[in-house]
Amino acid sequence: MATDLFDARAPLAPPVAARAGAPVGPVVLDDDDRDDGGGGRAFDPARFGLWAFLGTVTMLFIGFTSAYIVRRTAVDWRALPVPHLLWWNTGALVLSGLAVEAGRARWRGRDRASLVRWLGAAALLALGFAAGQFQAWRLLAAAGYFLASNPHSSFFYLLSGVHLVHVGGGLVWFGLVCLRLRRGRRTEAGMDRELSLFATYWHFLAVLWVYVAVLIFGF
Amino acid sequence: MGKLQGLLFGLATLVLVVTATVLFTKDWLPPLMSDRVGIDHAISITLVVTGIVFILTNLLLAWFGYRYQDQPGARAAYWHDNPRLEWTWTLVTAGVLAVFLFNALGLWASVNARPPADAMLIEVTGQQFAWNVRYPGPDGVLGRTDHLIASQENPIGLVKDDPAAKDDLLLLNQLYLPLDKPVRVQVRSMDVIHSFFLPNFRVKQDAMPGMTIEIWFTAKQTGDFEIACAEHCGLGHYRMRGQVHVVPAAELDKAVTEAAQ
Amino acid sequence: MAHSEAHAAEAHAHAPQAFIWRYVFSKDHKVIGIQYYVTAMMMALIAGLLAMLIRVQLAWPEKDWSSLQKIIPAGYTSGVMNPEFYAMLFTMHGTIMVFFVLSTAPVSGFGNILIPLQVGARDMAFPFLNGLSFWTFFCGCVTILYSFFVGAGAAAAGWTSYPPLSALRGAVPGSDTGQTFWIVAMVFFIASFTMGGLNFVTTIVNLRTKGLSMMRLPLTLWAMFLVAILGLLAFPALTGASLMLLLDRHFGTSFFLPTGLVLNNAPILGPDGQFLHKGGSPLLWQHLFWFLGHPEVYILMLPALGFTSDILTTFCRKALFGYKAMVGAMVAIAGLSFIVWGHHMFVSGMSPYLGMAFAVGTILIAVPSAVKVFNWLATLWNSRIQYKTPMLWAMGVVSLFISGGLSGIWLGQSAPDIQFHDTFFVVAHFHLIMAGAALFGVFGATAMWFPKMFGRTMNETLGKTHFWLTFVTYYGTFFPMHYIGLAGHMRRIYDPYQYAFLKPLQPINEFITVSALILGLSQIVFFVNFFWSAFKGQKASENPWNANGLEWTTSSPPPHGNWPGAIPEVHRWPYEYSNPSAPTDHVMQHEPPMTVEAGH
Repeated sequence: MATDLFDARAPLAPPVAARAGAPVGPVVLDDDDRDDGGGGRAFDPARFGLWAFLGTVTMLFIGFTSAYIVRRTAVDWRALPVPHLLWWNTGALVLSGLAVEAGRARWRGRDRASLVRWLGAAALLALGFAAGQFQAWRLLAAAGYFLASNPHSSFFYLLSGVHLVHVGGGLVWFGLVCLRLRRGRRTEAGMDRELSLFATYWHFLAVLWVYVAVLIFGF
Repeated sequence: MGKLQGLLFGLATLVLVVTATVLFTKDWLPPLMSDRVGIDHAISITLVVTGIVFILTNLLLAWFGYRYQDQPGARAAYWHDNPRLEWTWTLVTAGVLAVFLFNALGLWASVNARPPADAMLIEVTGQQFAWNVRYPGPDGVLGRTDHLIASQENPIGLVKDDPAAKDDLLLLNQLYLPLDKPVRVQVRSMDVIHSFFLPNFRVKQDAMPGMTIEIWFTAKQTGDFEIACAEHCGLGHYRMRGQVHVVPAAELDKAVTEAAQ
Repeated sequence: MAHSEAHAAEAHAHAPQAFIWRYVFSKDHKVIGIQYYVTAMMMALIAGLLAMLIRVQLAWPEKDWSSLQKIIPAGYTSGVMNPEFYAMLFTMHGTIMVFFVLSTAPVSGFGNILIPLQVGARDMAFPFLNGLSFWTFFCGCVTILYSFFVGAGAAAAGWTSYPPLSALRGAVPGSDTGQTFWIVAMVFFIASFTMGGLNFVTTIVNLRTKGLSMMRLPLTLWAMFLVAILGLLAFPALTGASLMLLLDRHFGTSFFLPTGLVLNNAPILGPDGQFLHKGGSPLLWQHLFWFLGHPEVYILMLPALGFTSDILTTFCRKALFGYKAMVGAMVAIAGLSFIVWGHHMFVSGMSPYLGMAFAVGTILIAVPSAVKVFNWLATLWNSRIQYKTPMLWAMGVVSLFISGGLSGIWLGQSAPDIQFHDTFFVVAHFHLIMAGAALFGVFGATAMWFPKMFGRTMNETLGKTHFWLTFVTYYGTFFPMHYIGLAGHMRRIYDPYQYAFLKPLQPINEFITVSALILGLSQIVFFVNFFWSAFKGQKASENPWNANGLEWTTSSPPPHGNWPGAIPEVHRWPYEYSNPSAPTDHVMQHEPPMTVEAGH
């Protein structure tokens, strides 16, 4: 058919009809149609997303670790004294995670009141951790170790600071969990799920903090 | 219109191939003045091999684009797997590239090999926006520098009291190289990252503050050439231009010794 | 069935009504995708204008540009461009193009629009997070654009922001406040990209409809999946590095700043009279930056490779050749992209052994790239090509991928790279393969999926005109850069003709500039087509291209919840074209399993 240079209106060729007179015999037109459910239906998207996020945060601290290792070899490295307070802070964060687990155990028996009590304890311990971190910074500064004093102190402030930001995010989530619990916004199964996800993140933060502490003060 | 588009695409691709071929056969590289001829050879081989691949793949693209157009009654083939073909072109590609790699790594090793014992030492310190060239003089030792005492009059912070510094010869933006004698250049920086680039010598080394990085090469022809900075270093980056002069080795030795006195 | 119908009804019932929740703070992936897309296009306009100014300067630095001075008084003095302005131009062109345009339009734009539709889901896994990701991105855009107007101007240390140039506030005017804004903008951008990446990867893994196994995914989805993983794993390196750079700039730390720094013949001293900085490493920044930087360039490129496979097959009515190999190639490219970053640093002074290792990975990555080209060619062989606009762009991607990919082999060999590093040879390479493939991919995807986005088709005449103008001038602009690069023309040079060995290259720079200016002007055709067609274009049917993916099983545009009834189930791969045993020349993914008369 004669058409002008740019034929915008010409339709695509219509589907080709099957050929008549073809040999007989059934042919299944698709590759084997196994029903794999498509989409990992058994796996909760929120859990998957959380683990992906934990992967990202891990990569951030791996980046910091590699920077630390490189910088560690430089001549201006000075050892940083460990503020004893940090042991207490670490304990507080770990205990906070344990408190969350205790609350979850109670919740499995649907003991709401207990859950609330344990979550309250966990929250207090977490706030204690945060306050303790701020105090640790003040103690170090009082001892003359500031952000720029030497690379060891720089890394300590930086890594504990970034960790604390992530704890801050966790505290916001903690608040939402408590709010939802109070307002009954979730079904029981939904609460199970949310507590499970939250606990994962919370334990991750504790493990991460232990890692940071070991890195900064162990190497 | 389909036919025209297909023709146009094929033609455009062909024009690209022809233009590229013609232009790539011209010698664009600055004339080589050093012993790093291995680099030029590697470039030539790369040009030939990638050129052949470029021409072939583009010819196929042009031909298929033109030949397999939608016509009334035409039908696409139903052919979407051929493991043998896949393995063949994968392994051939890998094989060709392996040869490249082998050659490239050998060349890299030779460029980064230890300099010969009789290589002449020169130091080049980049700063915003000039090249400070320093010769160690007859004692063959570069005097100590201390950046704390760097100033307008003493841009590299040479410690004048250091006995080794007394015969050091300092030049600004001028580099003299001995003909046919290897030189080892210690590249440094006072402030930001610069890059010591000698286009005619196939030499380029980033000048890293806090590091002294040594490279070596041999000038093979006399003449005057240029030094350029090849790492963005601020608003004067474009004018960090220096000059290289390749002179007979004996002449250079004499000049440096005389300057020391 | 009943479950998903109930969901559909629910989706309808919950569709937001007020303008602000429907079109501004939307949680609908289709709206969010368009928001990303349009914002990225606007950023592209700005970054493109910056490039035009760069080109004008490189071609005719000696001319009197008082006319430009009237428009941008800060950039010129007595009709001559200021060198610090030039530094800011190339820095911001690169930054905006790489992050705010080419990481955004193909990924966040088309990824959002297409993933739920192609995967068979009502929306992304986390719709609220999705909306949040767009507005975080928007904050990043505002921040980076605002940086033009701060104190001494926007960042000017190159899009790569190497310290000490980017860390010492007096080293170049843009490093005063502009660089800080750059860092803040990047933090917004990375946060946004991370949120998006979480959504992408979760949706593709967890929300696929029944029957859609991973090996039945359209390559667009494979690309988005891999891109999301790359982003989640690689961007943190830049986050960390940016935070450390911020501390170096404002708090006197020495992550990247070594001892002994002397700026303007004055040593940089601390209050104790000793050097303020001690022991930092500029190389550390480079390693961290390029650890992100290299996967980043594949983030830009992979979606275009995915689009190309989908578009090519639709418009040549032939099944994709070597599906498994194509997936394997993309996975290999993504994986290898993590171990080649040092090829940006061959002459940086890092250990030559590292240089060797990176050269190996770099050359290796050419293998899966070549495999993709061969498979596309095999797809085109004996096909039935219909030259609609999307097809032209897809073939353009193949062409650019060949050109740009081959020059990568020149650069990946560490020793020859000594001559090419930081010259226009590199500029040619990445503009052809990365920017070109991504750009052509975006244009192709636009032409292809515009009906799905706006319910109308774009104008073919304008589309083809736009393609031809762009294709020819794109090559005209960037291909000659190989030659001047070979001749030693450095990058980021405000006035190359200070050098005797570069003076003869001015006519080529002029040619490149004229090409670039026409390239820039040609984009007007696209903008006219885009906006005119969005309102006045021919209304589109459900499946105007007779393609196979799930997105073509619903209306154009789809309703809230994507399908008015149940979500279709999948029974085959997406490339069933021209099967001689089939009753039609294409069999869509959702059509029930067929038993037909045999025949070949």
